[in-house]
Amino acid sequence: MAVMVEAPAPQTAEVTDRARHERRLGLMLSAPSFLVMVFVTAYPLIYAVVLSLYNYRLTDPEGREFVGLGNYATVLTDPVWWTDFSTTFLITVFSVAVELVLGFAFAFVMYRILRGRSIVRTAILIPYGIVTVVSAYIWRYAFQLDAGFVNQWFGLGDYNFFGQRWSALFVIILSEIWKTTPFISLLLLAGLVQVPEELQEAARVDGATAWQRLKRVTLPNMKAAIMVALLFRTLDAWRIFDNPFIMTAGANKTETLSFLAYRQNVTLVNLGAGSAVSVLLFLTVVVIAFIFVKGFRTDLSQVRGDR
Amino acid sequence: MLSGARSGRRRLAAFAALTLSVSLLTACGDDSGPPTLTWYINPDNGGQGRLAEQCAASSNGAYQVDVQVLPNDASQQREQLVRRLAAQDSSIDLMSLDPPFVAEFANAGFLRPFDPGDVATFTTGVLKGPLTTAYWKDQLVAAPFWANTQLLWYRKSVVQAAGVDPGAAGFTWDAMIKAAEGQNKVVGVQANRYEGYMVWINALVVSAGGEIVGNVEAGKDATPEIASPAGDEAARIVGGLARSPAAPPAMPNAIEEDARSSFQGSRGAFMVNWPYVYNAAKEDVASGGISQSVVDDIGWARYPRVTADRPSRPPLGGINLAVGNFTKHPDQAVALVKCVTSLPNNIAYMLDAGNPAARGAAYDDPKVREAFPMADIIRTSINDAGPRPITPYYNDVSTSVQLTWHPPGEVEAPATPKETATFMSDVLQGKRLL
Repeated sequence: MAVMVEAPAPQTAEVTDRARHERRLGLMLSAPSFLVMVFVTAYPLIYAVVLSLYNYRLTDPEGREFVGLGNYATVLTDPVWWTDFSTTFLITVFSVAVELVLGFAFAFVMYRILRGRSIVRTAILIPYGIVTVVSAYIWRYAFQLDAGFVNQWFGLGDYNFFGQRWSALFVIILSEIWKTTPFISLLLLAGLVQVPEELQEAARVDGATAWQRLKRVTLPNMKAAIMVALLFRTLDAWRIFDNPFIMTAGANKTETLSFLAYRQNVTLVNLGAGSAVSVLLFLTVVVIAFIFVKGFRTDLSQVRGDR
Repeated sequence: MLSGARSGRRRLAAFAALTLSVSLLTACGDDSGPPTLTWYINPDNGGQGRLAEQCAASSNGAYQVDVQVLPNDASQQREQLVRRLAAQDSSIDLMSLDPPFVAEFANAGFLRPFDPGDVATFTTGVLKGPLTTAYWKDQLVAAPFWANTQLLWYRKSVVQAAGVDPGAAGFTWDAMIKAAEGQNKVVGVQANRYEGYMVWINALVVSAGGEIVGNVEAGKDATPEIASPAGDEAARIVGGLARSPAAPPAMPNAIEEDARSSFQGSRGAFMVNWPYVYNAAKEDVASGGISQSVVDDIGWARYPRVTADRPSRPPLGGINLAVGNFTKHPDQAVALVKCVTSLPNNIAYMLDAGNPAARGAAYDDPKVREAFPMADIIRTSINDAGPRPITPYYNDVSTSVQLTWHPPGEVEAPATPKETATFMSDVLQGKRLL
């Protein structure tokens, strides 16, 4: 079945005086906060780029020397960076994929449920309300060798989850899913609410099955919401820090890129290489955002609930 | 209802005014009364806090002391101090500093060197080991407060059966491992990937007459020296023990407490460890963990040698006191250091917290001799101890060693020391990430 969508009326070329005045007022009102934003985000960014061109240790001020792009070459040719990159990639892909599926399920439950709606919604949202560090501790204790209950429940004996890479990553991804699925389901619920009920009705009258309705009506109409949810969660997962920090402290190749940046900058006070790592991390974030926005042709400004 | 709301609002206003005036008063108080010094300490049993109180009381009102406890882990202590000092935090008047960090902090300009006139006060009578860690570029930047060292602990019954004498002058690691193997017993060491492993490796290298890194004042241009006959000897002992039947099963993950529990177990024969283990064993008896016969069976000797003809250089730990360079009360801070590191307070702290004193005379005190039957060995060990590399890049040096020497079962001479030297040099030069 075809869905007719009304084309938006073409904008009139003439801009009235009043509109022009309002636009100017808007600019003036937002200018101060815009300037503050530029200052607080642009300044550290530029400073980090400058620092990344030096070999500079905070505790060895005399040893500071200009190395140009040397730090970037060092970082990008170092196996540590690529191990951390692959770890971050794995965590992002697996957690976001599972979260999307689960998030949909939860969103449908929250949307369709008739009785006890507020209780169900609250129950689903609770994990998201817990501070990430706290949830990381909860999961760490649950899977710990001596005090954890998971091994007892599943009869795993002395299996040390944090003793090797894959099982440790499994727990980290699991806790990540538990923690942020509510967020994605919330965004999807917002998208779900916007799917016009008439379209569903029409499809039902035409004899579409539930699966067909989902595939042909619901999902296409939620595309923007899905993309926003995916983009937010991907960027979030890409910057993951707390869970590996608390659970494994980066041991057994569970260190992520944010963790690497933290270690270089804070632990080793190696500001040159640390800034290079941070700038590269920033660039990967930009690339991800670019891929989502351009690659999936998502217009973020369209996600306003005015469809 | 309305009046209730109004009175509530009035109460809130009164509370706000009171809070404001109290904070104003406190702000004024800062300038008039004696200054309150902030001393950042490593966690202990409260002994440093008690010394602080006592020193403040005996200062005749010259200063008050506020003790702030740093995190448990030494590297986290360093992290917190570096962060604050890099921001020129003037609230750090005094800090308890792990000796390996002294060079790094001093090089960054975080520590206030002591006046030449005060140097004698902080160095006279102090044992040689801790003294070497208190200087950076010929300036005294820290005052040794207490010092620590490792001893060789053995089970008397085992050494008797094996027919060896760990107290004999030429007792080596090889002889020890051979004795343990012969009796089907184990040697407890610290070989997890952490600082304690570096302590062991460094002790082996310096006991063999070498050093892990040289030319340290050149900062990142320092030269790794571990690829040397001394480094090879250390690698031979570490790898050899790890692959021998005398290695405890959990050796690659063993920290101090693991070594202690394997030593106190049925297969325990030897262990290198800090002196706290003796009192800890006694406490285990009190809590019913082990029987008194185990404690009665424990003997102690100086750290074993690497080669029979060269005296061992035992590990060195402890705490130095340093004055923050951004303090607003340097004179009072120095006065506090003088009080805390005085001989009577060294003795008091040793008896109170169980941490060995940095001043040699403390070990002659009858109460100390009673509490520490091995006092003389501790004193000579601390005096002859080989400190870990004194370099502003200590973190890089230590981590390079830990990364390349783990797991101990794969350590081989000369391959491992060679790999460490290359890796360390690359790390120092910024060509590799840690």
